[in-house]
Amino acid sequence: MATKRDNTLKLKFDSARKLSPAPESRSSATIRPRYDLFINGKFEPSSGKKYFDTINPATGEKLSEAAEANAADVDKAVKAARNAYEKCWKKMPAKERGKYVFRIARMVQERAREFAIVETMDGGKPIRESRDFDIPTAANHFFYYAGWADKLEYAFPNRTAKSLGVAGQIIPWNFPLLMASWKIAPALATGNTVVLKPAETTPLTAMLLAEVIQEADLPPGVVNIITGGGSTGAALVNHPDINKIAFTGSTEVGKIIQRAIAGTSKKITLELGGKAPNIIFDDAPIDQAVEGVVNGIFFNQGHVCCAGSRLYVQESVMNDVVRKLRDRIETLIVGDPMDKNTDIGAINSKQQLDKINKYIKIGLGEGYDMYQSSCVLPDRGFFLRPTIFTNVAQSSRIAQEEIFGPVLTIQSFRTDEEAIEKANNNPYGLSAGVWTDKGSKIFNMTAKLRAGVVWANTFNKFDPASPFGGYKESGYGREGGLHGLQPYVTF
Amino acid sequence: MPETIIIPDFSLSPRIDQVGIEERADRITKRSIKKESKVSLLKLGLSMIDLTTLEGKDSEGKVKQLCYKAKHLLDSYPSLPTVAAVCVYPSMVKTAKQSLGSSGVKVASVATAFPSGQTSLDIKLEDVRFAVEQGADEVDMVLSRGKFLAGDYNYVFDEIAAVKEVCGEARLKVILETGELVTFDKVRRASDIAMYAGADFIKTSTGKVSPAANLPVTLVMLLAIRDFYYKTGRMVGMKPAGGISKAKLALHYLMMLNEILGGDWMNNHWFRFGASSLANDLLMQLMKEKTGIYQGKDYFPID
Repeated sequence: MATKRDNTLKLKFDSARKLSPAPESRSSATIRPRYDLFINGKFEPSSGKKYFDTINPATGEKLSEAAEANAADVDKAVKAARNAYEKCWKKMPAKERGKYVFRIARMVQERAREFAIVETMDGGKPIRESRDFDIPTAANHFFYYAGWADKLEYAFPNRTAKSLGVAGQIIPWNFPLLMASWKIAPALATGNTVVLKPAETTPLTAMLLAEVIQEADLPPGVVNIITGGGSTGAALVNHPDINKIAFTGSTEVGKIIQRAIAGTSKKITLELGGKAPNIIFDDAPIDQAVEGVVNGIFFNQGHVCCAGSRLYVQESVMNDVVRKLRDRIETLIVGDPMDKNTDIGAINSKQQLDKINKYIKIGLGEGYDMYQSSCVLPDRGFFLRPTIFTNVAQSSRIAQEEIFGPVLTIQSFRTDEEAIEKANNNPYGLSAGVWTDKGSKIFNMTAKLRAGVVWANTFNKFDPASPFGGYKESGYGREGGLHGLQPYVTF
Repeated sequence: MPETIIIPDFSLSPRIDQVGIEERADRITKRSIKKESKVSLLKLGLSMIDLTTLEGKDSEGKVKQLCYKAKHLLDSYPSLPTVAAVCVYPSMVKTAKQSLGSSGVKVASVATAFPSGQTSLDIKLEDVRFAVEQGADEVDMVLSRGKFLAGDYNYVFDEIAAVKEVCGEARLKVILETGELVTFDKVRRASDIAMYAGADFIKTSTGKVSPAANLPVTLVMLLAIRDFYYKTGRMVGMKPAGGISKAKLALHYLMMLNEILGGDWMNNHWFRFGASSLANDLLMQLMKEKTGIYQGKDYFPID
């Protein structure tokens, strides 16, 4: 009898979602109507005089436009970087190089609010995340690698680390400024110069960073930032005078890049997709595990390559976990990313929204139980309710392929071996999560999970001192920490 | 037909991850409460206060003044609620009851050898009986922490059940004194014991031990209430007490309540603040919202 009632009880969370608006003020940041390419320390239009629009995904309105760099512009940027490398940056004492990186770190920190606002408007992520995570973590990366600049002999004892030359770096739209900092900071600290291309849908914070770099008086040409789409990226990858490619983005593009540089001497690191398993054992602290699952899949609308998108729950706690997850999802505020209370902002682009919806349709077509929050979505912009699918099969496309959105699949398991086997049974291997109260179980699991990062009783934790990277189709090479220096040096 | 509630093995109460609890509690403090939401929650907060005086030096005069304040929070601000209850020692219950009359403000009395609970069960029950006879609507008992920490869960359970029986119509709040339980695992276990033994409310602290209430420990208790509700269908109230003196902090508590237990708990039948100086800070913020300016503390009578 108690069981029957157990299943019909419901808590009411409408009032938790209905809060008066608490918008961050737009006027604290300036977005120019147009952004040019940042080459050799100066802003200049592309030689093709072409511009592309960047929109606010929360409204669909145009925010600004950015120059589309063509092959000639890429060549100019690479030449500027080469020139700066040979004439100045390579020869500069490491301590002096470090000072420049420290200066950039401090300036990013000083202008953090401005960065956060622009990041949220251009990318759609909640201001709470850009303010509390993206921008502070980006500044931390610059600080961390600034410290390494004059200590490379301690990073690589008994070896002499030498810089490579010009690094071509291509970054994604999910964490625009943070990914720029992951790329630029270690490259500069080790004495390389940079040509960086931000993603087509989110160029603005990179251009703001270009302003900071100009103000920081970094020698012209050490960092060049060029905007554009796929063809710009291809021109950068194929440029013969690039020594090193660093790419974060989709596995599909990663493979194209790898093919393109085959037979050249270019070094490469790839940080690609993921389909991370998050495993909850029955002895786990369930409420905290549920919170971790929410952070794992709904952080940044699920646009996270290490998102915990495959949830495995030990069968004896399955009902409990699903109910708690549903309760928690009901309290998530979905809407205007600029509102300080928003938990889930806008999907980055129409194209991405369509892709996620396609997968939701596949999940429904395959007959799985879907649950979505009952929240009301804004009537414009690209939004999606947080979504979970239960009773999903391992062989289902929604459990196999990277969706890159706020969509979670849930499967049950009975034994530890089954959990490990299913968790590893995926082409990706970027991250994983384990939830249990038992320390020995954590060590057993983490040793057997084939993923670059395994979190225990937490998820999506990042620190500049900790290396990050993948197995299998999630790419190779590590970014962050001591390991993150290695791809930018030779001995 | 009364339904059977199966008493679980309390040594198997769910484990709590401290880091996870603290992060979740911290995230709730990031909520930004503005305008209408703020005004309505400030008023709600006022209506949830157990205005408290628990001093050896309490006098009838002081209790009478406190009761007047309970009914007239700020007469210059129309349509304010009254507080929920006045919380006093058993010897002051009669005075409080007479002063509050038919105002609807309840009288809560601490009992069971408050605050330490270091006496025999008979004396504790006598203490409760006296408070109820004097007219207490609510009884705030203390958990026998010594027995609990020694692992004697049956004793603790039976004691609460016995007190509940003596309470009769009076609602029973069980004070866990979380500052003496130290770990969240123990707070969770004590919450489960209290609820299954018949508590109508679980309460963090006596106010005599530091640390008193804080957001993480309240979160652990709210989650316990939720699990209990899902298991048994019975609602249990929550009362954080001690150390809550600022309106902003009170709003964090209310947001936490809203996100963990939802709208059914958002009233003073199911949530209370044990506090003495919180009322005036709430009033100060309400006046600020109304007039746009902060007024000095001397514009708000202390009791």
